[in-house]
Amino acid sequence: MEYGFTTAAYVVAAVLFILSLGGLSNQESAKRAVWYGISGMALAVFATLIGPGAGLWWLSIPLIAAGGVIGYQLASKVEMTQMPELVAGMHALVGLAAVFVGFNAHFEIGNAAEAVAAGPEAVKELGTFGKLIAKKTSVEISILLVELSLGVWIGAVTFTGSVIAYGKLSGKVTSNAEKLPGGHLLNAGAAVLSLGCLIWYLNSGGFFPLFVLTIAALFIGYHLIMGIGGADMPVVVSMLNSYSGWAAAAIGFSLGNDLLIVVGALVGSSGAILSYIMCKAMNRSFVSVILGGFGGASGPAMEVEGEQIAIEADGVAAALDDADSVVIIPGYGMAVAQAQQNVAELTRRLRAKGKNVRFAIHPVAGRLPGHMNVLLAEAKVPYDIVLEMDEINDDFPETDVAIVIGSNDIVNPAAQEDPNSPIAGMPVLECWKAKQVFVSKRGQGTGYSGIENPLFFKENTRMFYGDAKASLDKLLTMIE
Amino acid sequence: MKIGTPKEVFGGENRVAMTPDSAKQLQKLGYECAIESGAGAGAGFSDASYEAAGVEVIKTAAALWKEVDIVAKVRQPDATELKRLTKDKTLISFFNPAGNEEGMEAAKAKGANVIAMEMVPRISRAQKMDALSSMANIAGYRAVIEAGNNFGRFFTGQVTAAGKVPPAKVLVVGAGVAGLAAIGTSTSLGAITLAFDVRPEVAEQVESMGAEFVYLDFEEEGTDGAATGGYASVQSDEFREAQLAKFRELAPEVDIVITTALIPNREAPELWTKDMVEAMKPGSVIVDLAAEKGGNCKLTVMDEKIVTENGVTIIGYTDFPSRMAAQSSSLYATNIRHMMADLTPEKDGQINHDMEDDVIRGATVTFEGDITFPPPPPKVQAIAAKPKEVVPELTPEEKKAAEIAAFKQQTKQQVGLLAGGGALILLLGLVAPASFMQHFIVFALACFVGFQVIWGVAHSLHTPLMAVTNAISSIIILGALMQIGSGSFLVILLAALSVFMAGINIFGGFLVTRRMLAMFQKS
Repeated sequence: MEYGFTTAAYVVAAVLFILSLGGLSNQESAKRAVWYGISGMALAVFATLIGPGAGLWWLSIPLIAAGGVIGYQLASKVEMTQMPELVAGMHALVGLAAVFVGFNAHFEIGNAAEAVAAGPEAVKELGTFGKLIAKKTSVEISILLVELSLGVWIGAVTFTGSVIAYGKLSGKVTSNAEKLPGGHLLNAGAAVLSLGCLIWYLNSGGFFPLFVLTIAALFIGYHLIMGIGGADMPVVVSMLNSYSGWAAAAIGFSLGNDLLIVVGALVGSSGAILSYIMCKAMNRSFVSVILGGFGGASGPAMEVEGEQIAIEADGVAAALDDADSVVIIPGYGMAVAQAQQNVAELTRRLRAKGKNVRFAIHPVAGRLPGHMNVLLAEAKVPYDIVLEMDEINDDFPETDVAIVIGSNDIVNPAAQEDPNSPIAGMPVLECWKAKQVFVSKRGQGTGYSGIENPLFFKENTRMFYGDAKASLDKLLTMIE
Repeated sequence: MKIGTPKEVFGGENRVAMTPDSAKQLQKLGYECAIESGAGAGAGFSDASYEAAGVEVIKTAAALWKEVDIVAKVRQPDATELKRLTKDKTLISFFNPAGNEEGMEAAKAKGANVIAMEMVPRISRAQKMDALSSMANIAGYRAVIEAGNNFGRFFTGQVTAAGKVPPAKVLVVGAGVAGLAAIGTSTSLGAITLAFDVRPEVAEQVESMGAEFVYLDFEEEGTDGAATGGYASVQSDEFREAQLAKFRELAPEVDIVITTALIPNREAPELWTKDMVEAMKPGSVIVDLAAEKGGNCKLTVMDEKIVTENGVTIIGYTDFPSRMAAQSSSLYATNIRHMMADLTPEKDGQINHDMEDDVIRGATVTFEGDITFPPPPPKVQAIAAKPKEVVPELTPEEKKAAEIAAFKQQTKQQVGLLAGGGALILLLGLVAPASFMQHFIVFALACFVGFQVIWGVAHSLHTPLMAVTNAISSIIILGALMQIGSGSFLVILLAALSVFMAGINIFGGFLVTRRMLAMFQKS
C-alpha cells in the first residue's frame, strides 16, 4: 500500500482519538467514546501493518496478541483501589517502549549512513524509515538526533519515575519522601550531564553518549519521584501521564510520523492539565510539588482550642436517623480500608429512608485524579449524587450530618482560617459548616501535610475512631 | 484516693453530686467512691443502687468527711462542713467565692484545696464541666414548665370544634444558657416566642431556636460579649430607657414573661417594672429566674409564688434545678466527673492539681493554704467568634473600573504571550528545515486541540481519562511496527519488545477504561 492510504487512515484515527477524549465530558457519552478510541487504535495499527515499511507480520501479530492477553488479564483482575498502581505501571511500559524505539531510530540512522556511503544499491535494501533518513540533509539529521534524544530522555524519566510511583502506590516502596544525600543537586547534576551528552552525541553520533544520557535520565526519574510523598501522587501520576505523551510526540518527530505527534500532544496536554488541576486544588505550584515536601510555615500556627470528642456507632446511627441531608466526604483512607462497599450500602439504606445523601469529592482525594469517583462507581453509588467540591461547598450550612471518611487535609479549616498554615489558601471542603460532623479515622494522627486539623476540635465534630470498614460495619447493623 | 459525697444539708436541696453512673466512671479513673446513706434519696437514687455500682455507703456525714480525700457536693458548704475540712482534703462544690470571704478564710486556715464549680472558665475545653451552664439549662426548661403549670391556657394555637384557641405569647428576657433553654422549650410547646438580649450577637442563636429576636431602635456601640467572657455587662442609661420602652409596648400582648437577666457579681437589673406588670392581662405569668439576686421584677418574692391584684402570677422560685433533682444530679455529677478526669490525667486515682492548667487554676479558690481567688485571666480568651472584618462594598463605578482593568490586563497578557510565542516560532522557522516545520504545525495544533478537549472532561472521569490516554499513548507501537521490518537483529529485538509492551498497554488501557465507565450508573 502507498503512503496516501496510510496517511488517510492516520487522519481518521486522529479524529477518533480526539472524539474519544472529548466524549469523556459526561458519563453517558464516555461509554461510546471509549469505542472511538479502540477503533482509532485498531485502524492505526492496521494501516501501519499493511502500510509501507512494516514487515515480519509473523512476529508483530503474535506479539500484539500476547500483549493483548496479558493486558486483558490485568484489566479484568485489577481492583479499583489498585487503579493508581496500574496506571503508573502502564506509564512505565510506554516510557520504556519510547526508549527502545528511540534506540532503534539511532541504529537505523547508523545503518542509513553506512548505506548512503556504500551507494544507491545499498540504500534500496533499507527499510522505509532508513530510506527516509537516507534522503535527509545534515541539518535535518541533527534535528532528528535532538528529537530522538529528547524522546529517549523523556521516555527514560517516565520509565523509572513510573516504576517508583508504582512501588509507592502499591506499598512496595516507602511512600515517605526520601532523597539521597545531595538532594536536588544530584538531579541538577544529572540534568547537566544529560545536556553534555546531548552535545557530545550531536557531534559524535555514537551510541555511548546516548546510552549515558539514558542512564542519567533513568536516575532523574528514580530520584525525583523518590523525593515526593504519597499524597502528592495524583500530581506525579498525571505528570508522568503527560511525559509519556511528550515522549511519544518526540519520537513521532524523529520518525516523521504525524499520528504519533498528534496523539503524543493530546496525551501530553491532557496530563499537563490534570497536573495543573491537582496543583490548583492543593494551592501549590507545580514546581513545589515536584521538588517535594511542604514549605515551612510562615509563622506560628494558630492554637488549636478544644479537644477531640469520640463517639460510638450508636451515636452516629442516632444522628443519621434524625438527619434529612447527609454529605459523605471520602478520602484515601476509605480506599486503604476498602470501605467503599460499606459506604455504598450505608448510602443505599439512608436513601431508602428518603434522606438526601450526597458525596463531596475534593480534586486531590485519593492517589489518582478522580480516584474516589471510580471507587464509588464500582460500589454502585449513582454518579449523579457524587459532586465536585465547587458544586457542594455552598450546601454545607444546610446539611445536617457530614461524614468524613479517611480524609484529613482536604477538610482542614486551617486553610481558610490560619494565614500562617502551610496549607493556607488551599481550597477545602467546608464540612465544618454542617450541623454535625463525624470523622471516621484510625487514630489521632495528622494528615499528609503533617499539620493539626482544627476540624477535629470543633464543637460540632465527633470522632468516630477505628478502621473505616469495621466502624461502618458496626454502624450498618444499627441502621435498618 | 477516695472520693465521697455527703447528703446536702441545705433545706429543700434534692440534688446529689454523685450518681451510680458517675461513680462507675470515677472508678475507671482509679478512685474509690463513697456516699452518705440517703444522699441520693431526693434525686431518686437509692443506697442499693449505689452499692450495686460499687460505691461504699457510709452511715453518717461525719464519718464520710473523715474517711474520704475528696469531697464532691452541690451547695456551698456551711460552717459545720467547713470545720470538717482538713489539710490534704480537696473540696469540689459551688462555693460563691465572691460573696463568701469567711468560707475561703476557713478553708485556707484548714489548708484544704477548694475547687468552686461556678468558677470554671467559659472556654470551649471546659464546657463539659461548666456546672452553671448545665444547671441554667435545667432552670430555663423548668421555668417554662412552671409557667405552664400556672398559666390557664394552651401554649399552642388550635382550631377545635369548640372554638379557636390563640397561641400563647412568651417573652424571654436574657438569652444566656437558661434563656435559650427556655426559648427552646417554649417554641417546642408551640408558643409564639419573643426573646431579648442586650448582646445583639446572640440574635442569630435566638433565631436558630425558632424565636423572634426583639430589636431596639437604638444605636450604640454595644460591648462585645466576647470581651466579658460571654456574660452581659452593664448598659448605659439611654439604652436602658429604650429597652424599658420596648418592654412597656410588649407588656399588654405577652402572656408569659421569663426573665433571666443576671450580671455577674451584681444585683439583678430591674427590667420588668411595676407598671408593666399592671399592664399585663389577668392570668399572665412571670417567672423570674433572677429572684436570688433581687429579681428582674421588683415585685418578685424570693422562693415564693405570688398573685398580684390584677391577676398576674409571679414566680420567684430559686430551686428550679432541685425541682428536677434526678436530671440535674446526673448532669452535675457528670460535670464533677469531667473535672476529676482533668485532675487525674494519668487515670491512676491520684489528684494532680496542676495550677498551670487554665481550667483548674481558674476554678481553684484555695490551694495549699493560700487564697487563690480571684484567678488571673485565662491564657486562652475565646468564646464568641471575633467580629468579621467587613469587606467594603464596591460602588458600581469602582466595579466597572476594576473589570476594565482586569480586561486590559488580560489582553496585555494574551497579546504578550502571542507575540512572544509567535516570535519564537518565526525564529525557529528561520533555522529549521521545512520538513521539521510541517510536523511542528501538526504538533502545535494537536496541543491546542488537546487543551480545548481536556478542559471539558468531567472531574469525576479523570481516572478513566488517565487510563484511556495511557492506552492511546501506546500509539508508540506504530514506530516499533515500522522498525521491526529492518534487517538488523538488535533493532528487531528492541522493536519486538516495544510492540509487546505497547500491546499490553493498548488492551489493558482500553479494557480497564471500559470496565470503569460501565460502573458509572445514574440513580
